[in-house]
Parts: sequence; structure tokens; C-alpha cells
Amino acid sequence: MQAFTTVTGRAVPLMRTNIDTDVIIRIERLTAGEPSTLGTYAFEAWRYLPDGTENPDFTPNQPKYRGAPILIAGRNFGCGSSREGAVHALQGMGLRCVIAESFGDIFFGNCFQNGMLPIRLPDENIQTLVAETNVSEVPCTIDLKLLTITTPSGRTIPFTTDPQRREALLEGLDDIGLTLKYEADITKWQTQDRLARPWVWLPT
Amino acid sequence: MQRTLIDKIWDAHVVRDLGDGWVLLHIDRILLHDLSGPGALQDVKARGLKVRNRELVIATPDHAVSSAPGRTGETFAQGARLWAGLKTLSQEAGIRLFDLGQDGQGIVHVMGPELGLVLPGTTLICGDSHTCTNGGLGALAFGVGTSESVHALATQTMRQRKPKRMRIRIDGELGHGVSAKDVILHVIGALGTAAGVEHAIEYSGSTIRSMPIEGRLTICNLSVELGAKSGLIAADDTTFEYIAGRQFAPEGAKFDAAVKHWRTLVSDDDAKFDREVAIDARTIAPTITWGTSPQHAIAIDGRIPDLASEVTSAGRESLVAALEYMGLQPGQPIAGTKIDWVFIGSCTNSRISDLRDAAAIARNRHVADNVTAWVVPGSLRVKRQAEAEGLDRVFIDAGFEWREPGCSMCVAANGERVPPGARAVSTTNRNFVGRQGPRARTHLASPAMAVAAAISGSISDVRRI
Repeated sequence: MQAFTTVTGRAVPLMRTNIDTDVIIRIERLTAGEPSTLGTYAFEAWRYLPDGTENPDFTPNQPKYRGAPILIAGRNFGCGSSREGAVHALQGMGLRCVIAESFGDIFFGNCFQNGMLPIRLPDENIQTLVAETNVSEVPCTIDLKLLTITTPSGRTIPFTTDPQRREALLEGLDDIGLTLKYEADITKWQTQDRLARPWVWLPT
Repeated sequence: MQRTLIDKIWDAHVVRDLGDGWVLLHIDRILLHDLSGPGALQDVKARGLKVRNRELVIATPDHAVSSAPGRTGETFAQGARLWAGLKTLSQEAGIRLFDLGQDGQGIVHVMGPELGLVLPGTTLICGDSHTCTNGGLGALAFGVGTSESVHALATQTMRQRKPKRMRIRIDGELGHGVSAKDVILHVIGALGTAAGVEHAIEYSGSTIRSMPIEGRLTICNLSVELGAKSGLIAADDTTFEYIAGRQFAPEGAKFDAAVKHWRTLVSDDDAKFDREVAIDARTIAPTITWGTSPQHAIAIDGRIPDLASEVTSAGRESLVAALEYMGLQPGQPIAGTKIDWVFIGSCTNSRISDLRDAAAIARNRHVADNVTAWVVPGSLRVKRQAEAEGLDRVFIDAGFEWREPGCSMCVAANGERVPPGARAVSTTNRNFVGRQGPRARTHLASPAMAVAAAISGSISDVRRI
């Protein structure tokens, strides 16, 4: 997994609420099985007009936001379907970090599995950030070590993140490798459970 | 210490405390389907890992397969690779597979309960957000991404933090024409799609207690549309009766011992929830969505909201975008809106009781000329049961298409879509932009309401049919 320490660049606002993973990436783009092209199709229903040309009203299409590594979104971002391709599609657009008041739970977990940092921030901080990025060409910096967002005006906004997830992201650690060390605990639990709840254990 | 049902199941599955609130949680069941299953199994293999407890893993194709009569795994060409991958990799790993045409096949969250594979007090995951459906039987069930599925397959555990606990009490008798689907759409409309974020929800109250299991599965199915990780209902006599005699359910003394244990899995009287909500079921009308979020739910005799109802600019922007996408005007009544398509199916509403409800309205009536209508049963067993009861004839005589079990038009990952610009009433769970196909317009409703729309050609109050 790609590690995350700091990211510096433009932050693009997409201030709709409840942006779901279906709109982030259409399911048929996933069944097509070409992960490298997902970035082209991120937000396709909003990003392109019916004739296939770019929709100039879609904020991330504006020249100043092209390739921005940070997305600021309305609350409950990434709700809906569990598709992990939603994270891959955002990464394909060049995003490394999403900031919102809240996130869909499964999407939030999927970000950490893929080196993407989701930051929960109170609405007032989000409003500050959006107001500044709207008028300034100066980039923002997200620092996961210091747990800070530096806004275009140089103001520092602190954020919190789960300590274990932060550690894994900073190091690019793999969960499975860590869990396999507890093999003996798992075996012990299962041995006891076979006696306590035999009905759960299906024949092999 | 008084504990909630969620705490009791959770605490019993902790294999190890990992610190900072994290635990290694044992997972009792892993369900795999053709969309996320092959990738997860392939990844396990590519990392040189093994499926740890193959007997606890169940696979069936549902998402990317055609529902056309006479279909095979290759009828939808783009999904053929996924179907074949699920089949080959499951067989290689020794995982129970319920393949197309084989007894037991169906939408994962329909076939799991139906086969007695889902039991009270178990933990269950699947790479599908509607995994919460299985909470209707008192299981702690939640959807995960593919990477997390790989972890679960390789270790039979997940690294988890306990969600916050929320209780939604629903009391009172349901009115005429009001089903479980109307109840949960009403709840989402009242609380919003972010109400359950970071929570697991226990549903309780007299309405829930008197509801059959299939209705409870429908209630829990839409927990994720409240933003919740999971939704569940404490098992009771209704649950035990449902489970008894199912193919993989415990039998005899084992069943009795299980029931004795399951009876302890209820929230203690003084258990503390992080959030509690009460809903009066008597106020619920047949409910339908007008917009592009499940929270855009209104009573069938209600009106589409006007812009003044949203106070924040982000909320207003979403409302305007939803109205424009749906081709609707603020403040207008929803009833009478002309429709083009009706879809009856999905893990929300494709069980035998759903089809009976739908057939009761469809009997001796006919789908309007301007409407194309499909019925896609949730599993092969549901399909055969419906055929034994003659429901297929009722639907076919009424002008519906009667199809093979799968997710079909709910997920539109199988070539089956609502055409661009067309308006559909669907018994599914999501009315998101493009969910049922690019530019497709979806109104979520119950099976009975979907049939009412199909025969009248426009969104209609089932109570007036």
C-alpha cells in the first residue's frame, strides 16, 4: 500500500451532500475490469455532458482545479455501495485526500486500505477552507505526521485521525500481515467456540 | 453492566484486544458474490495466502449475471469473466458454491437466510453494502470492501472498532397498504441518510415484533441507506420458527441448545444506546421517493419539497440537482407522475411474501401500455415457490416479464438497465444518479406500490386500487 505522509496542492470543493459511490464510479466501469481507466470515469454523470464533452459547471473541471490532490465535499461523502473501485477512481483523478464533515463507513474504511486519507472536519473549518481555496491560487498542505491542514493563507487547521490507522498509513502497512501474527489466538477462540456454539460450525 | 444486543454479539466475538478501541473480531460467515468475490479470492491466492475456514464461506453469482429466461453465466458477456472466476476460484478453495440453475442460488442476502446459513448471534460480512439485510435474523452483519474481504478470508477475523449503538423503536399497527418497505423509507425520510453513520442500529418495538422475518429483512436491508454499519433485530419465536428445518440450520438437540442461547441475545432493560429514536407506525402512509437519495421519501399523497425546505447551501445545491435529474418541479404532488418502467426484485423486496403482495394487486389487471414491467425473483427457491403458487401466471397474464433470480436492474451491472431519461418505480434500495443506468430516474417503493404504478401508468396510491 502507498504510504501517506504529506500532500501539497489545490483543494477542489464539491459541496453537495450525500455524494454516493455509484456517482463516484458507475458499476459497469468496474465490471469492465480495467482499473487503469477508472480515473477517466470518476463522477462521469456530473463531469461530462450527454455528448461526452466536459461539463464546465462541474467544479473539478475548472482549469485551476485540474489534478488537485485534495477534495472537499459535503457531509456523508462516499455513502452507499461498498465498491472499493470508488477509491481507485478518485485516485485515478489524482486525489490523495478527501475532507468532509462525515463519510460513508465502508468508503471510509476502503480509503485506509488504499493509501487515501479521509479527514473528518467540523463544518466551520470546511467553510473556512472552501472560502480560502475559492479565492487563492496558493496550495494547501495536509500533514499526517503533524495532523494539520495548512490553508492558502497559512492558517493551520488541526484534525484528528485514529492512531492505528494513522500509523498504518504513514508506514504503508499491510493489515493482513499484522493479523497473521495472532494465528494462535484465532485458533484458540475457534476451538472454544466449536464447543460453545456447535451450531455455527458448518460441515466442511 | 447492562448491555445492548450489539454489545453482546460484539463482545462474544472478540479474539484479541488490539488497543486504542480496536479488536480482532471473529467473523462467522463470509458471503461471496460474482462482483467482488473473484477479486478477493484472486488476491488471497496472489499473496500466497489460503482461505482459512472454507466451511464458513458461501458463494453464489447474482450481481453481474443476466436475469433473462434461459440465461447462462455467459449471457451477459461482460460478466462472464466474473461468473467463471467465482466458480473456478470457489471450487479451487473448496468453498460451497450455489451456481446458476442450482438449488440455493440467488441474491446473497436472499439465499443466505433462506438456506438457514444466517443465524442469530453470528457475525457476517460480504463485499456488498446491503449485507446488513441479514440482521433481520439477529445477526451482526455488515458490508465491507474487497481488501477487507481478503483479510477476512485469510484470517476469519476483521480489525474493527465497535460502532456506536442506536435504537429505533417503531410502535403501533400498520395501516392498510403499508408494508415494511414503507416503514423503513419513512424512517429514512424522517431521519436522513446520515443518521446512522458510525452506528449499528437495533430496531425494536411492537411493529417490528409483529413483523414476519421477510419484512424484518427488508427493514434491516435499508439500514445502510441510513448510513449505518449494520441493522439488526433481536431474534424471537418468529425467528426460531423461520430457521427451524432450513437446510443448514441446526437440528434436534443442537437446535434446542441454539435457541436457548439465542434467547439471551436481547438488549438488557437498562442498556444505554448512544442514540434513541421513536417512530409511530400509525402515522406511516404508503411511501415513495421523489429524488436521488433514499431520504427523499414522502407519503404517496404528499408533495415534492420546495427549495425553502433546505437551509444550507450544500443541501440546496443537492436538492436543485436532484429535481433537475428527476425532471420534477418543487411543490408538486408526487401521485400522477407518468412512469415508463417498473422493476420488482432486489435484496430489498424479492422474497416470496413480496411477490405475493405484488401478485395480489396484479391479479386480473394489466400493465399500462406505456409501461415495461419486470419481476425478478430473489432466488431459485423463491422462483419455484412462486411458480408452485401460480404467481408467475398472474404476473405474465398481467403483462409483466417473469425472469431468473439475480440483482438485475437494481445494480445494473449486468446489462439490465432502465433506459436514459426513463422513469421507473423500483422495489430496490437506491435511487442514486445513474444507479439503474445512465440518466435513469428511480422512485423507490414497495412491491404493491410498484404494481399500482405499473397498472395505472403513473405513480399511484395502492390504497385506491
